Amino acid sequence: MISLGSYLLLSAALFAIGLAGALSRRNAIIVLIGIELMLNAANLNFIAFWRYGPNPEALTGVMFVIFSIGVAAAEAAVGLALIISIYRHYKTANVDQINSMKG
Amino acid sequence: MMNWIIRYLWLIPVLPLFAAGVSSLAKQRQRKFAASLAIGSMGVALILSCVAFANALQHSGNGEVSHRFFNFHWFQFGDSWLELGWVLDPLTAVMLVMVSFVGLLIFIYSIGYMAHDENFTRFFCFLSLFAAAMLGLVIANSLLFLFICWELVGLTSYLLIGFWYHKPSAAAAAKKAFITTRIGDLALLLGMVWLYSQANTLLFYDSGKGCLEQSTLTKLVAQTTSAGMLVSTGIALLIFCGAVGKSGQVPLHVWLPDAMEGPTPVSALIHAATMVAAGVFLVARVYPLMAATPLDVHGTSTALQVVTWVGVITAVFAASIAIAQSDIKRILAYSTVSQLGFMMMGLGVGGVAVGMFHLITHAFFKALLFMGAGSVIHGCHEEQDVRWMGGLRKFMPVTFATYAIGMMSLSGVPLFFSGFWSKDEILHAAHGWSISHWPFYLGLFGAFLTAFYMTRQVAYVFFGNWRLALGRTTGSEQHTVEHAGLPAKEHPQIELSTEPHESPSTMTVPLIILAMFSIILGFLGTPAWPWFQDFLTGHSPTAEFAKLFESEVVRLILVSSAVVFLGIGLGWWLYGRRPAASAGEVDVLERIRPDIFGLLRHKYYVDEIYEHSVVWLNAWWAKTCDWLDYWVWNGAVQLISYLVLGLSWVSRVFDEYVVNLGFDKSCGRISQGGRLMSRLQDGRVQNYLRIIGIALTVLVLFLIWGCSK
Repeated sequence: MISLGSYLLLSAALFAIGLAGALSRRNAIIVLIGIELMLNAANLNFIAFWRYGPNPEALTGVMFVIFSIGVAAAEAAVGLALIISIYRHYKTANVDQINSMKG
Repeated sequence: MMNWIIRYLWLIPVLPLFAAGVSSLAKQRQRKFAASLAIGSMGVALILSCVAFANALQHSGNGEVSHRFFNFHWFQFGDSWLELGWVLDPLTAVMLVMVSFVGLLIFIYSIGYMAHDENFTRFFCFLSLFAAAMLGLVIANSLLFLFICWELVGLTSYLLIGFWYHKPSAAAAAKKAFITTRIGDLALLLGMVWLYSQANTLLFYDSGKGCLEQSTLTKLVAQTTSAGMLVSTGIALLIFCGAVGKSGQVPLHVWLPDAMEGPTPVSALIHAATMVAAGVFLVARVYPLMAATPLDVHGTSTALQVVTWVGVITAVFAASIAIAQSDIKRILAYSTVSQLGFMMMGLGVGGVAVGMFHLITHAFFKALLFMGAGSVIHGCHEEQDVRWMGGLRKFMPVTFATYAIGMMSLSGVPLFFSGFWSKDEILHAAHGWSISHWPFYLGLFGAFLTAFYMTRQVAYVFFGNWRLALGRTTGSEQHTVEHAGLPAKEHPQIELSTEPHESPSTMTVPLIILAMFSIILGFLGTPAWPWFQDFLTGHSPTAEFAKLFESEVVRLILVSSAVVFLGIGLGWWLYGRRPAASAGEVDVLERIRPDIFGLLRHKYYVDEIYEHSVVWLNAWWAKTCDWLDYWVWNGAVQLISYLVLGLSWVSRVFDEYVVNLGFDKSCGRISQGGRLMSRLQDGRVQNYLRIIGIALTVLVLFLIWGCSK
């Protein structure tokens, strides 16, 4: 049986990858993807703690994660829409160049 | 019913004043408007004056002079009101008619004389203003009111002498007249203040309370001031100083001859007929004050003695100067000074009536002479030197005839000319003067000189040949001309054919009218029928032909006639018998006694003496003040200014290097800090995220470290 620690390590690795992607990449879409990765690392944590928690029979962890994924999907939709509109305005998706709130 | 004229007496001066005000706003080219306004207002003033005269005539003759007055409150200070007013008495009535009548004639004459002047409108504005001030002076019932008008006539005199202000000599003469009369006016002002402090009123007549009435005079003569002088004498002498300045008496006579720089109508109106007579009028007006003596002392008051002596000295002094002058108007000017001396002497020895009679007759014949001189100057193309004239009898018959009448009046040719009777009156009074006989003898001498210089002038101007043309033709005479002391000025380039011409009728008609009056007026004051004297003293006129043949009167008439004929005869013998052939010829008197003639020609060097004493002292004092101003006061001021400059420099340095620099430094620091902080807010999302990441890591490590303990 795979221990909780392994899941947590995986989740931490996933989070670190996502964070690195979000911090190091200049393309806004890649940054968004990094953020999604970090979100999913969190979701993995939820599932792992629920599965190894004191009450695995109740579907609380799964319910949280399903909601979280749903919210993440909506968030991704909004994020992408923003990126498209920013791209149309600035003709670029490079986050370093998008440093002003004023159009 | 006739008393409305007293209430509305103010209209007489206000009418010309109105004319002056309106024409001062008129445009330069509205010549006809200004002239007709001035003459119209003067005409109405003359009519009103005649009404006033008739009214005064009605109320005279009851043995007492009636002073009818109208007083009003002017303004209040403290508890007392300052009152002004006007008075109608014989003195005022006579002066009113004289001033407005002579004024009107001179206004009319000015139309012709000033026809070519571009400032015609301004001239009439000034003339009207002068007439207003003079008429106001005459009706005044308050010394203050009189003083105001007195200063106004001084001002207009200044304006009119300097009418051709672009001529430096005219501007200087105007200033000289103004400043010289100011010396007298200062004394007059002091006298007025003193009078007010003593009498508490400046009204002349105020139903017994006025300063010329018995109660005040009693109070004034009862007090003495320093050196035992009566207060009334002190005040009277101060007031007389004003009269000395205005009437050109010695030693303040110097301005009057120079005043001839003004246009000739001005000389006639202001400096011969009316304004200079204002001084005599003033003395006549305050005569009760002048003559006041304490009850227990009888005889002539000190003030009147001073008036007499000043008059006598002036009469002889100025007449002797007139002998040696060569400018036609200057001769008349000195003659005016001399005649004013006679008037003063008449006032001193004989009272108001004697002096005033000469004033009135003199006003007419001297205005006539001046206007005649103006006509001569006009006809001779602005030539004023009698040596260049000659023979004008043939060219200007009307002017010659009227001038001759004026000359004979002034000289005092017996029986038919007014000057004879008025001068005789003065000599008569002087003969009977109790203090000294000298005024009588000197007066006779003055009369002799008068006859002499007038004969000389007439001989020069009207007899002989027309010398101006002659002077042009012979160029070789230039040397002699300069030797004779003629100004080396270029005579206006006149064509030889241009002969002198008679003046237009606006100029000759007034001459004829004045000439008639110069004759008629004399008969109003003969010893047989002294109507004028009776009118002024309030008696009903009486005609006593027997008086004419009293031995004393006859003797005096004979003596004065002899003196006059001696003067004329001598003048004719020296100048008329063989008239000067050319302008360069040396004067007959100069040939006989060059030293005396030189002294007289230079007016006894009075101007030079003043130049080297009073004027020099004044200039020295002014220079000293200037020096003090420049070095002492200016130095102090400069020192303070440098001190202030130094202080402000220190303050500036402090500001710049301490306050400003401190502010700059702190501002720099703050903005630097701001810049530093703003780097955190650079808008790069990943930076924010990075910080969050680092913070999270630090937090996690911290928690782990904290838990593991």
